[in-house]
Formats: sequence, C-alpha cells, structure tokens
Amino acid sequence: MLAASPAPPVIRDSRLAPVWDKVQGGIRLSREDGLLLFETEDLHAVGRMANFVKSRLHGEQVFFVLNRYVNPTNVCVLSCSFCDFARKKGEEGAFENSIEDVLDMIKPGTREAHIVGGHHPDWPFDYYERMIGAIHAARPETQIKAFTAAEIDYLWRRWKIEPREALARLKKAGLHSMPGGGAEIFSKRLSKELHYSGKADADRWLEIHGIAHSLGIKTNATMLYGHIETMAERVEHLVRLREQQDKSGGFLTFIPLAYQVGTTKLVPRQTPPTDDLRTIAASRLMLDNFPHIEAYWIMIGEETASVALHFGASDVNGTLEDEKIAHAALAESPPGLAQEQILRMIRDAGKVPVERDALYNVVKIWN
Amino acid sequence: MLAEIRAKSEAGKRLDRADGLFLLTEASLLDLGALAQEARFRRHPEKQVSFVIDSNPNYTNVCITDCQFCAFYRRPGDAEAWTLTVEQVLEKVESAFRGGATTVLLQGGHNPALPLDYYLSLVTETRRRFPQVTPHFFTASEIMTMADVSGLGMPDVLARLKAAGQTTLPGGGAEVLSERVRRRIEPKKGGPRAWLDVHREAHRQGFKSTATMMYGHVETPEDILDHFDSIRELQDEHGGFTAFVPWSFKPGNTLLEKWIKTYKGPNAYLRMLAASRLYLDNFPHVQASWFSEGKRAGQVALHWGADDFGGTLFEENVHAAADYVNKTTVDEIVTLIREAGFTPVQRTTEYEVLKIY
Repeated sequence: MLAASPAPPVIRDSRLAPVWDKVQGGIRLSREDGLLLFETEDLHAVGRMANFVKSRLHGEQVFFVLNRYVNPTNVCVLSCSFCDFARKKGEEGAFENSIEDVLDMIKPGTREAHIVGGHHPDWPFDYYERMIGAIHAARPETQIKAFTAAEIDYLWRRWKIEPREALARLKKAGLHSMPGGGAEIFSKRLSKELHYSGKADADRWLEIHGIAHSLGIKTNATMLYGHIETMAERVEHLVRLREQQDKSGGFLTFIPLAYQVGTTKLVPRQTPPTDDLRTIAASRLMLDNFPHIEAYWIMIGEETASVALHFGASDVNGTLEDEKIAHAALAESPPGLAQEQILRMIRDAGKVPVERDALYNVVKIWN
Repeated sequence: MLAEIRAKSEAGKRLDRADGLFLLTEASLLDLGALAQEARFRRHPEKQVSFVIDSNPNYTNVCITDCQFCAFYRRPGDAEAWTLTVEQVLEKVESAFRGGATTVLLQGGHNPALPLDYYLSLVTETRRRFPQVTPHFFTASEIMTMADVSGLGMPDVLARLKAAGQTTLPGGGAEVLSERVRRRIEPKKGGPRAWLDVHREAHRQGFKSTATMMYGHVETPEDILDHFDSIRELQDEHGGFTAFVPWSFKPGNTLLEKWIKTYKGPNAYLRMLAASRLYLDNFPHVQASWFSEGKRAGQVALHWGADDFGGTLFEENVHAAADYVNKTTVDEIVTLIREAGFTPVQRTTEYEVLKIY
C-alpha cells in the first residue's frame, strides 16, 4: 500500500464515519466526538484513525531519548490520594538530596535529565536555581527538563516568587524544558475528592505552561487517568490542553499517565490495556495541535506500549534510568530499560526508532 | 486487497495464499484486528470468552529427539533426567482435580524406556479415579514413540488409548508444519506428515484435538502458510480440531538461543491470531493466552480474533525451563476477561459450556 494514499480504515461503528471524515479533512473534533472515541466499542477504528494522524505527522518514525530520572526529594507538603511517592519531612523513607548527590546521579553523556520532586517545605528557590546551574556547569551536554508547573506554583505559594521570574531565572541557570506532570486531571470535583486542591489547579497549571512557552521554554503535558474520573472529565482535560496549545504553542508531547494502584488503591486494579490504547488514540485525535503523543511504557508496560505505536503514539519516552514515582506505586515494569530494549519495543511494532534529544532534535535514525 | 479479503470473509469464501501472505506481512495491524473480530463474531456472536481450568504436568523429561527449541528435555542417563511412576502422575492429576481442574494436559519427552502399558494405565486410572477430569494426554510425537516401543502401528496405539478412555489429544509438537523448518529445528521428530498423520487418524477414530503453532524462530511467512494450509485441509476431512493455539518460541536455555535471543513481541502475536482466525475458516476456536505473551498482551489479543483464553495452567514446566514463568488463578482469569470487555465462560476440554459468569 502506498503511504501517500492510505486505505480507509475498517469502521464497524457507523457513528465513527463522520469523525473519520473530519480526521481526513483536518477538521477539529468536538467534545461529543471525543466522548464517542472513549465510548465506542470499535477500538480498532479509533486506533486506525489515530494511526492515520500519527503517520501523516511522523510517518513510521517513533522517537525515544536516552534519559535519566532525578528526584531531588520526595518530601512534600501535599497528601494527594493517588501518590505513593511523597513523604513528610522526617518520615521513614524521606530523602533530601544535596546538589552533589544530584550531580552524581547524572552520568556524563546523559542526553536528558528529567527532574521532578516533592513540594519541599524549606528548600528556598535559590536552591533549585543553584541545582540547575550546577548541573548545567558540570554536564553541559545534558538537557535539563525540570520542575512541573505544580512545583513552580508552589515556589510562588511558599516563597512568593512569580512564575515568570522563577522560570526566567531557571532558564538563565540552564533549564531547557519543563515536564508535564502535576496536571493530574483538570476537574474541581476530583481535586477535592482526591485531595490535590492544594496544588496548582487547571487554570494555574495552564497559565504557568503559557508563561513558560512565552519565555521560549518548551513543555510537556500529562493526564492521570484510570482511577475515578469520568470519560467526560478526560475529554474536558484534553480540550483544555488543546485550547492552551492554540494560545501558546509550546507543548511538545502529551503523556497519558495510567494510574498505578500501588498502596493508594483508589480502584482495585490498574485500568486494562485496551483503555490505555484507547486513551492514547483518543488523545492523538483530540490534540490535533500537539506534535507527539507518548506511550509511557513505565506505566502501561512494554507490551502495551509497543502495540500503542499502532494507536497514534509517536514516542516511548526513553530509557528512564532510575524511575521512582511509578515504582513507588509498585509499577510492574523494570526501573529503566537498556537502549536495546527500547529499540526492540519500537521495531516489534514495525516502526523506525529515532533517537531524539529533549527538544525532539533528531540524534540518530536507527535502521 | 484488504477490502477483497473482507468481502471474501463475509461471504464465507476461503482465503488463498496470496490473501494469507498479505495478512501476515502487509495488512495494517488494526484493520487486521477489525476483520478478525468481524469473523469471530460471525462465528461466536456472543461477547463471551471461554477458558478451561487445567494443569499441564509432565511425566518425564527424558527425550531422545534433541529439538533445538526445547529447554525442558534431558538425554537418558543425564543427572537431571527424571521419570514419574504412574502413581506419581496420578498425584498430580489429583492435585489438579482438587484445584477444580476439568482438564489435565499431560505430555512428556520421548522416553524409549516406557512401555505402552504405562501410558494406558495413566489414562485408565485417571478416568477411574477422577471421572470429572478429561485426560488430554500425549502429543502426536509421543503417540509415535508408543508405536515404536510397542511394535504396534500408530492407529492401534490410538485405538487402545481410546479404549482406555481417552477422547482428546493436545496439539503440541506441531511447531511449524513445514519441511524446511522442521529439518532445521527438530530433524529427529520427522516432517509435517508425522504430526498430521497422527491427528488425521485420531480424528478418524473420533478423537478431538487442537492444532498448535510455535512461531518466532527460523520460519518465514511462507512456512506459516504451509502450516495453515495443512491444518485447514486436514480439518476439511474430519472436522476434529477444536481450536488453533499459537504461541511464540521462548529461547531461554535452548540450543537455538545462540541465534535467536529474544521472543517475538505482542504485535507478532496479534497478527498471528488475527490471520489464523481469518485463514482457518473451518476452525471453531482460536485461543489467545494470558500465559504465553503476558497477561496484558493476552487481554489485547481478545480483540484480535480469539474467543478463548486458554487454561489456568496450575502447573507448567516447559516454558519454565526456558526461564519464562507466568502464574494466575481462576479469579484472575475471570477478571482479565471481564476487563477486556467480555463475559467469562468456563468450558470443558471439548469446549462445552460449564459456567457463564
């Protein structure tokens, strides 16, 4: 089959036919379309449409990065119901890394360091600033992707550092991009019910990403799904992200995060792989202005991530050395994969692995 | 091509090799899944997925066939070689029975020291002591071993097993039914005919059996089509196959590991299931498994043409010898099937419904 004239997908649920027309025509999908994508039993057609969009953007290429996770601390003033990672200061298992510790964690040659942590009650803003500066000085080859919007918002709450100032100073110190965490799910109902109302809400989270974009800092976005949220709440979350991207345009990747049951047990079991595949596909179709949708293997497993490369995902994140947050919640995936395994995950799906940096510059196309 | 295949499948027309090759090599994985689900629901309109409560013990690991893909066997006289007595095997059957099993899939190496009476006693005693358990015993190549040691012909061996109370045969030992592949990975086990002849004769005598395929080693798509063609033709003769059961080769601790380091991933598994559902138009069931590719891949596989989720496998030693271990319970199987969007149905060895959950 020629890539230029893809065959139409097999559509078993006729309600999807008008959605397919829109997808082909590059017309934006509505909230109703989004709900249908989450509700239809025709999982294959949803995936096939998402794959059409993904192929139009990236052909057969799937991106990955050699990266390293760094958590400066798990000490956190919040008590989000879904989190197995956070500890109170002095509690057993709490850790607070020095800048030297953090530097030790980042091996020379690391392409990307992904740095997120708890909302520490005492660490002043300049500690974060010095940390970024020290990493940048010691590892100039490493791109620093650090601090969620929730952390940036907390620095304002705690130290009254305006996000614009905080981000500008961090950028000057060596920050390259921002991760997409802390979005959880944009819902007032859930922020109360799951006790994350003390954290940047939807408006604030989006505002901070908008500020970052205006400063030339690219960012990612996430959504925590598979707990007690409704499909309408998922769709609303995607629509809010899409609106923000229209305004500020700096999102690189959307990463759906499958809730890990761990010991928080908001639901008895992790959402099934068919839901992961559907969520990735629906995100690809709804987020028409996002360059990439990610299959985050840490949370959905390598097998599902590999199959997801047919459902619109164009990125598998990376080697994720020393991942701690999902594993605190007892994720079954290994804590980091060798490059070899990442390549296999992509090749098993018949796709072409492309090594990238944090900003999606191509490092190497693997044959 | 896809539209033609879809039209053929809808009209109940048989797919040819060109169609098969397209499904195995070119069709989009998702279109393939959609077509396979259409074919699956035409045959089984209910949104149900069946499973069997079973166990897969072994009676010996002694084997003289030296298959390159096998991590389980030991040569006669090897320090790790073992053979169970009839009573020891019956203890395993009893343990499976106590766990609720209705099927015991018993197989073993090709051990020339065991007389035909040993095998016949296993069947007779299982039937006598545990009438609720179907003795799903002995693959085709073990039947041939019995024919060799007894001096009886293969049809006579089957007749005696039948007289002892056996009604079904497991489909293992097919690997890939292609001369080329079998010469390469199991030269002492005989070509495809050896396996096909036993199943043909078994079906003629009224046995039911399954057809399996172990892929992901040295085979090409043409070899897989040879396999599909031979079992589809055989099924036309007597209709004795209940299900097709594919799984991927696990290279750990095998002679083939030197060349093949990893097993084929979930994408290949989904493609194999869907292609078989469409191509094997005369097979009632296609079995996916929580076991062979992982539980989550198994759940996804239920959307690629499979209508059965295999067994609970209380005991499993052959994959385990290749360092591949995966365990479950009846409750978990029921949950996995439900999460995938289907109603779980407990079945017998011959796919009769025992319980709808």
